[in-house]
Amino acid sequence: MTKHTATLFIQCLVDSLKPEIGDAMVHVLDTLGVSMVYPENQTCCGQPAFNSGYRREATKAARRFIDIFENHNAIVCPSGSCVHMVRHHYLDLFRDEPAMLARARKVAANTYEFTEYLVDVLGVTDPGSQLNSRFDGSVTYHDSCHLSRGLGIRSQPRLLLENIPGLSLIEMDESDRCCGFGGTFSVKYPEISTAMVDDKIQTILATGADAVAGCDVSCLMNIEGRLSRIDSPVRALHIAEILANTGK
Amino acid sequence: MHEQSDKSYRELANEALGDERLHSAIRMIQDRIGKGTRHLWKTEISQELRDKAKKARMRTLDNLDKVLTTLTEKIRANGGHVYFAKTAEDARNYCLKVAQKNEVKRVVKGKSMTSAEIGVDHLLEAHDIEVVETDLGEFIIQLAHDAPSHIIAPCIHMDKQQIGRLFEKELGIPYSEDPPTLTKAARKALREKLLSADMGISGCNLACAETGHISLVSNEGNIRMSTTMPKVHVALMGMERVIATLAEHDMLLRLLTRGAAAQKISTYVSFLGGPRQPGEPDGPEEFHLVIIDNGRMKMLADPRFREVLSCIRCGSCLNICPVYGRIGGHAYNAPYPGPIGAVVMPLFNGVNKHADLCRGESLCGACKDICPVNNDLPRMLSELRHMLAYGDEQWDVAPVDKGEALAFKGWYAAMSSRTAYNLLVKTGRLAQAPFVSDGMLKKGIGPLGKWTADRDFPPIARQTFGERWKTVHAPRLKGDSNE
Repeated sequence: MTKHTATLFIQCLVDSLKPEIGDAMVHVLDTLGVSMVYPENQTCCGQPAFNSGYRREATKAARRFIDIFENHNAIVCPSGSCVHMVRHHYLDLFRDEPAMLARARKVAANTYEFTEYLVDVLGVTDPGSQLNSRFDGSVTYHDSCHLSRGLGIRSQPRLLLENIPGLSLIEMDESDRCCGFGGTFSVKYPEISTAMVDDKIQTILATGADAVAGCDVSCLMNIEGRLSRIDSPVRALHIAEILANTGK
Repeated sequence: MHEQSDKSYRELANEALGDERLHSAIRMIQDRIGKGTRHLWKTEISQELRDKAKKARMRTLDNLDKVLTTLTEKIRANGGHVYFAKTAEDARNYCLKVAQKNEVKRVVKGKSMTSAEIGVDHLLEAHDIEVVETDLGEFIIQLAHDAPSHIIAPCIHMDKQQIGRLFEKELGIPYSEDPPTLTKAARKALREKLLSADMGISGCNLACAETGHISLVSNEGNIRMSTTMPKVHVALMGMERVIATLAEHDMLLRLLTRGAAAQKISTYVSFLGGPRQPGEPDGPEEFHLVIIDNGRMKMLADPRFREVLSCIRCGSCLNICPVYGRIGGHAYNAPYPGPIGAVVMPLFNGVNKHADLCRGESLCGACKDICPVNNDLPRMLSELRHMLAYGDEQWDVAPVDKGEALAFKGWYAAMSSRTAYNLLVKTGRLAQAPFVSDGMLKKGIGPLGKWTADRDFPPIARQTFGERWKTVHAPRLKGDSNE
């Protein structure tokens, strides 16, 4: 087997709020024999500023990101929306700057979402034997908007979840309906956002699953925050935590 | 008819959030029609066809002057009148002029968003011309002095009990909440109006340049009567509503009814476009087509927004949008609600005026996914937010929120180096301490105040991943490099 090297692009929310997801990702990649590089000066890809319209600030963050990551292959991130930012919006930000656009294209082509990297690049199909993953319980899967619609990543996380021994995957109704996070949307219009997350919670609870899994910590944080507030025992887990057996 | 509210988006949205009946009514539409349309896109209508339709729309927009000229020539050759209205005021004044010339006392209307856009009803009424909506939903709204809340289901926010009470009061019938009884009462009231009206006003779903006709889709048949029984018919169309060829018209009509109501075809499709010809038993004596700019040329000229003119006003984006699903149409306080309204209303009436519409969406992309012509509404919302962030001369936009602009400057300062970032994280860790209980922030500080009113927030971790990499992972992962 070829020796793979992955460059870790750790979303700022994972870095500061949920480092255990980064730990789980490191564990999974290490188990698969992937060597890892972590550019220590990374901060944020610029998505919060971009989505709020602050393109000058987003462009600065994007430039910085490209400076840091452009000479790396297989940049792997545990967040669909950040990958979407790099893969799609960077091209928009630099649409009038040919030199930067070329650099952005190169970085975009090398950036992968975590499950996409596992399945499409490393060919992981059986986490039970390849990673010793095991989960005793039922899980429902939330399709994050930028991951599913933006990047078209729907099958990879499901393939992984379905093949974890002990885990039964129960699909929720409208798994790709937005959970209402939307970055600063949930800060600016918290009441609407809460109503939307309640719709999401309703479909999660209707499955009777023990946990909801996702590939985007921002959505999970929103869902978990509401589950916690209503004292629900249902847990919100990043797929890396399930794969690494740390999401028990 | 559109009655404006003085309340803000936030106030209107919050009122709607407490309305469980509204929520379930919209959920019913979204569950039935939204899901139905999505199913059709996966089964009988291919993405290729939708791409092809989009290309046809954009090609027409690129040649709009020529296509409109062809349409105009054909309509005129058929004996119809065509008027180009630069502004909403021009358009409504023209309608009034036609009505006055024909000594019109009563106007019956087919369902038309464009008439709400230009506000023609108020002007006619101010000149003692009675205006009657004939679409059942619009008729109910008009009786209630309310505003539509959905593009194709205007009174989805009302239930049969409310309508029963309204009909009892306004139509003088005994109270009933039986839909067939209510429908019959409306039908009786409307027939009287339709039979005695002097002028019909309709919108225009599609216009075909090649044949010189306009098409109107409806499920009740009242549009047929509004446009053929009175002696004058005035059709209002946004200038982008034209389709170049009959073949493209066929393709777009199929997408329109499927996008609107997951129907293969609506119950009635009327092809109109001129006065009654010699020997014809019905049809108006005069036909007028009002082709309205009202800001569309400006959208056409801006590469960021030209695409929005490919919209065929099917309303499918409303049938999927989770924000619309929760706040309903009235919160948008505009003739065009939902995701399409969030993009076009700021462009029609001022980006600052409708700043909340540009910002109050989660950019989830469902509207783009379902749009029969692949309109990238999230991209355009993002462009509008960009204008609001720094101002935009071309569209006369002023920066909307100085505090937020400053916050993002600060944000970038913190993201510009790992040292600054680490400092921010450390500060946050110290600041959050008094607010953490059971491993969650239960009551937020600063911008999290509102977020945490209904949700818990995870506290900043004891160690960042960056710190863990240095102390735990890098030393353990021998042979791996560390930059």
